[in-house]
Amino acid sequence: MSGTSKLEPALWLERYGTYLFRYALNTLRDERLAEDAVQDCLLAALQAQAGYSGQANERTWLTGILKHKIVDIVRRDSREKPLETVDMENPYGEFEASFDETGHWGHVLAEWGNPETALENRRFWQAFEACLAAMPRRLAQLFMLREVVGADSEKVCQEMEISPTNLWTMLYRGRMSLRRCLERNWADGEGAQC
Amino acid sequence: MLNCKEVSLLVSRSRDRRLSWSERWGVRLHLWICEQCRRYQRQMAFFGWLARKLEADPSPMAGAELSPEARERIQKAIEAHRHDGCAGGGHCH
Repeated sequence: MSGTSKLEPALWLERYGTYLFRYALNTLRDERLAEDAVQDCLLAALQAQAGYSGQANERTWLTGILKHKIVDIVRRDSREKPLETVDMENPYGEFEASFDETGHWGHVLAEWGNPETALENRRFWQAFEACLAAMPRRLAQLFMLREVVGADSEKVCQEMEISPTNLWTMLYRGRMSLRRCLERNWADGEGAQC
Repeated sequence: MLNCKEVSLLVSRSRDRRLSWSERWGVRLHLWICEQCRRYQRQMAFFGWLARKLEADPSPMAGAELSPEARERIQKAIEAHRHDGCAGGGHCH
């Protein structure tokens, strides 16, 4: 084994096509957009070959490029179909109802248990996918951009041309919505393990 | 003293930006005395595990395959660019 790996562009699609497509699909929530992401990624990778140091393995290197392309595609997608405007007067929106008039939780929150164990569980992923699918697509994309792709908040704001406050409010609602949905469709069945 | 509603917003926000000194202290103090919000905070932290997991293997969420048509289209685009650029690729003519 030499310390560095060599790039083999002719084999990228065959080797990593499925992986890259699924990774992109998780965030973009649309097969056509995910196909575009794979193509943009591989074409950009061809251009960027000279910058490959051989430190990361080929797939990790390609994934890094894919993440940038995913952000670009969400931006393009949101130009075509702009973000739903969020009511900024009250950041809590519909989640106001999760709290009583003194600002305390209106219900008992479930214990979700150990994340490592839960993420091995098929039922979790089914619920998670269903909960994301039930959210407005843009909100689901923003959640995934931050939590999974790890896109920088400031960059997301610039790309989407939204204010930081607007982004934080949307992410709050996205997380609250997923939290509630997972609690109903997954954590409940697991039984609260205190 | 912050209430649960305010803390829920700040805990979410802390995942996207650094809280101010006073916000951090407000949240910390509240979590100290509030079991429900500690649960909420653990639920939010749960989301932080998704990235590593899905990067290692994205299939638990998306089991879909690239369609043969998309595969062909992408392969053609790659071939076209490889023969244009030939930048350090292995099989350049």
